[in-house]
Amino acid sequence: MAYSLTINGTTHEVDVDGDMPLLWFVRDHLNFTGTKFGCGLAQCGACTMHVDGVATRTCVLTVEAAQGKNITTIEGLESPQSRAVQQAWVELQVPQCGYCQSGQVMSASALLTQNPDPSDADIDAAMSGNICRCGTYSRIKAGIKMAAKDMKNVGGNA
Amino acid sequence: MNLQRFQPKNAATLSRRGFLKVAAGTSAGLMLGVNLSGVQAQGAVDSNLEFNAFVSISPDNQVRVLIKHLEMGQGIYTGLATCVADEMDAAWEQVVCEHAPADVGKYANLFMGMQGTGGSTGMANSYMQMRQAGAAARAMLVTAAAQQWGVPATQIQVSNGELSHGNHKASFGELAIAASALSAPAADSLTLKSPADFKFIGKAAATRKDSGKQDGTAIYTQDIKLPGMLTAVVAHAPRFGAKLKSFDGSAALAIDGVSQVFAIDSGVAVVAKDYWTATKGRNALVLEWDEAQAETRGSAQILQEYRALVETPGLVAESEGDVGGTLAAASDVVETVFEFPYLAHAQMEPVNCVAQVDGNKAQLWYGCQSPTGDQAAVAALIGAQPSDVVINTVFAGGGFGRRANPQSDYVMEAARIAKEVQGVPVKLVWSREDDMQGGYYRPAYVHKLSAALGSDGLPNAMQVRVAGQSIMKGTFMEETIVGGIDLTSLEGLVELPYHVEQRQVELHTTETGVPVQWWRSVGNTHTAFSKEVFIDSLARKAGQDPVAYRLALLENNPRETAVLKLAAEKAQWGTKELPEGWGRGVAVHSSFGSTVAEIVDVSVDGDRFKVERVVAAIDCGVAVNPDIVRAQVEGGIAYGLSAALEDELTLTDGKVDQTNFHNYRVLRMNSMPEVEVHILASNNAPSGVGEPGTPPIAPAVANALTAATGKPFNRLPLKLA
Repeated sequence: MAYSLTINGTTHEVDVDGDMPLLWFVRDHLNFTGTKFGCGLAQCGACTMHVDGVATRTCVLTVEAAQGKNITTIEGLESPQSRAVQQAWVELQVPQCGYCQSGQVMSASALLTQNPDPSDADIDAAMSGNICRCGTYSRIKAGIKMAAKDMKNVGGNA
Repeated sequence: MNLQRFQPKNAATLSRRGFLKVAAGTSAGLMLGVNLSGVQAQGAVDSNLEFNAFVSISPDNQVRVLIKHLEMGQGIYTGLATCVADEMDAAWEQVVCEHAPADVGKYANLFMGMQGTGGSTGMANSYMQMRQAGAAARAMLVTAAAQQWGVPATQIQVSNGELSHGNHKASFGELAIAASALSAPAADSLTLKSPADFKFIGKAAATRKDSGKQDGTAIYTQDIKLPGMLTAVVAHAPRFGAKLKSFDGSAALAIDGVSQVFAIDSGVAVVAKDYWTATKGRNALVLEWDEAQAETRGSAQILQEYRALVETPGLVAESEGDVGGTLAAASDVVETVFEFPYLAHAQMEPVNCVAQVDGNKAQLWYGCQSPTGDQAAVAALIGAQPSDVVINTVFAGGGFGRRANPQSDYVMEAARIAKEVQGVPVKLVWSREDDMQGGYYRPAYVHKLSAALGSDGLPNAMQVRVAGQSIMKGTFMEETIVGGIDLTSLEGLVELPYHVEQRQVELHTTETGVPVQWWRSVGNTHTAFSKEVFIDSLARKAGQDPVAYRLALLENNPRETAVLKLAAEKAQWGTKELPEGWGRGVAVHSSFGSTVAEIVDVSVDGDRFKVERVVAAIDCGVAVNPDIVRAQVEGGIAYGLSAALEDELTLTDGKVDQTNFHNYRVLRMNSMPEVEVHILASNNAPSGVGEPGTPPIAPAVANALTAATGKPFNRLPLKLA
């Protein structure tokens, strides 16, 4: 069956089973492999994309349900918040194995878009759906704070 | 992987000469730390020009370092590149890293005698080798410049990727063609830097070389896409040891996009155009299993059997004095039984492997942790020589031990499927459920520790009994089991750092059908817990401070003493006031050549608690990259804390109960404490960093909980209620 999906600003007419998770369509059919498969059950956050701006687990979001939504993968990130997050990630050397980090970056940048000055509790609440087995949580938290600060400085100078 | 026994005991203090001798003695193929024979790359001049097995330079001024270890997050790309760049006097920005191919002659782990990553040996075995590789390349560049400029080599300056003399100046790239054509210098002609001259080693963080992880461009096995590639999933037996009786794949084959369904040793493979289709095919299989040989015990029963075993004498692994007599004569014996569950590694990237077999040639693409072992296994499968099996190593999404499987389990599964399919690459993908239920766990154990205290309150006799499965048994490393003792079951409890005059350590090696494997820090995952919780209970019995008590027992152990003191000082042990309801605990443990002490603050609220803060100190010899050392200790703590708080794999009637992260719970951000890591200054050779941070955390948390609540905590994961 044919579906129409808008991913990173481009509309794709796709002919796959409607029950295929968006994650697998993007990875196997569009070859955007930045978004990772970790659990298939919306438990780990490795598959996080922005769906209409909201951090969403795409391993359980079907292609059918994703129609008409504005979908952003890590490859399509370009908001100032996401740039600040990625820059902080490099500066603080957040990633270790890195496999979960696309999802972490997606969740972190969605958080900063909604809440430019998150508290520790806000960060815990927004990020606890993203598992990192390397245990980079402290640096992720520090990275989010650094990005928030950078955003504020940019805003202050403008 | 525990390879401590293959390391020279005093590795940390060996001189360079001594190190080379040890390295040379391990295997005929390893006579030199570095294969210094330069083989010039063929073809276009813009290709990489090889200076030695590890270093090549392109005319456009890029220094490429081949990394013989798997980068799975531990930072080995950066660490090894740091050693090369420092001795070369390269600019950090011009250095790039790539995984080395499978070639045991060039890329063996000098502590293992084969190519492989594990036992926290990556930096420890490579430190001198990579420095030599860098120094050798530098010497060739200097010689080429001296020849071109007609000046003495000794007068040439090298700095930041540039050679100079008077008005002469050249980049590495400009000299690469001439320099790489020179014969390689003899290893003993090289002068390595003295630590005072280091530019990168031990200095402030240089940007990591395993880049692309913040923007999704880093490539893992899961991301590999090759022309014509198919995807395979496998239906595994519901119980370990069950065999396939029959299957009907017709419904699966009827699904559009499913190309093949066939039986292999480990189950039934479904090959399809993509993962989702393969999964649908697997769901449509009709399977019948023969469970005659299957393990049908539950983990509760297995642990109950172990509890009975530790009440009986085991095989004696270590004996000093008359422990039995002393304990029998003592008026008061402290006894504790400890329990540890099976644990899954649960690395973020479930195991996977891409394989292509063409007759008796094979090529594989994956996060390969044991090139020599995997290569030999696949070669045997397809009736080829190991050199006919080409391995392309990519980043691994975590490992924690799982990817160094002595049976090459999932690699062989991929190879068997590719052998059946022939001629096109096949990506084997395990789901999270496959990974969680697929075995090769940290074994479950029960320990019983008993001690008698002398009049000074210090233990004068200690008995240790451990019951659990052997990790080495049935693997190619079985020969390390001597007299029935697999030391990976006991490491940390034998050769106790604490001075206890009479000691007896006994082992019951058990058999179950549950496949087991090393898990970040191997035996130390459980031995550190019983040792450190027990010592705390002895200190309480003696009415002494836990740190002071340990220091008294460590009188002849300056290394653990220094690390423990550093942690205590930084955490303000004994001087800092804690809020009401909080508790503080300590543990110190040595593993993989390094020592780590951790001091933990917990807050307790009813039957809930939170680990608030961890102060850690580590002695790992030279900290080649201090920021990565800190990151590994932070991560090691998080991994161990996950097991302290949450991780537990159970079986009911032989079936694994957990399937995914909703019922195999792991540490998440809301449970992560503040972590502070202090590195002891050292000039000793680098020792392990990836694993040693893990063992002390669970006992330190348990000791903190006891301090807060007065209750004992003798099993993992820790529960207040």
